[in-house]
Amino acid sequence: MAGRIKIRAQKKGEMTEVKALMRHPMETGMRKDQAGESIPAHFITDVAVLHGDQTVMQAHWGAAVSANPFLGVRFQGGQAGDAVRVVWTDNQGGTGEGETTIR
Amino acid sequence: MNKTEKGRVSRRRLLNWVALLSTAVALPARAWAAVTRPDTAFGATALDQALMALGETPTRHEGVIFTTPDIAENGAVVPIRVEVDQTVLPNVSKVYVLVEMNPNPLAAVFDIASGTEVYIETRVKVAQTGDLYAVVESDGQLFMASRETKVTLGGCGG
Repeated sequence: MAGRIKIRAQKKGEMTEVKALMRHPMETGMRKDQAGESIPAHFITDVAVLHGDQTVMQAHWGAAVSANPFLGVRFQGGQAGDAVRVVWTDNQGGTGEGETTIR
Repeated sequence: MNKTEKGRVSRRRLLNWVALLSTAVALPARAWAAVTRPDTAFGATALDQALMALGETPTRHEGVIFTTPDIAENGAVVPIRVEVDQTVLPNVSKVYVLVEMNPNPLAAVFDIASGTEVYIETRVKVAQTGDLYAVVESDGQLFMASRETKVTLGGCGG
């Protein structure tokens, strides 16, 4: 299940601001469905933000990050037109990726 | 003799192939390579346990700017922001976000590339009213800021 990511990167003075919205249920594994069966944990465990081929931020997440996670980060530098990429993997082996250019 | 010679060559060739293949596999994975997941801290079920797993007890520091809502109507989606004033707290390499009242307090860890801004926005689940903590690592030391968020509707309900 490869998820798409809505992503925007905007130059703000010396910095670049990246905003990304991922589609993911972020199930904790502690909830039960209507039949009382527990819903298996399913959440994003790793996220990285790349500027060109450089990792500017890398994160490990637990199940406490909200469903359909939002991530905003800022990094120094970046020029209009540069590629910015956000990638994730989840605990079930799923991956997601989104790419944009700085404007 | 000839046979052994042949065997050796093909084994070397095989090894070369393996080496080549593993480089090819390692390349896309490079983004993850730098930091390992702090499993003990993620598995902790109480705040002090989680903090202990991170190392020393963090000291409060005004350079950690932590923004959370005073009241969250929906605990499942609580927007938070962590910034660091680098003029008073430089060299921050990690940001941890912890939620006191959650079954597993550690929610997320962010590794920040050196020489860049420390600015992170995300949304977390908060089970019930309690303190939220932003802990940052700077030169191997831990500093923090905490804020109470009142939750009207819990984040772990069905």
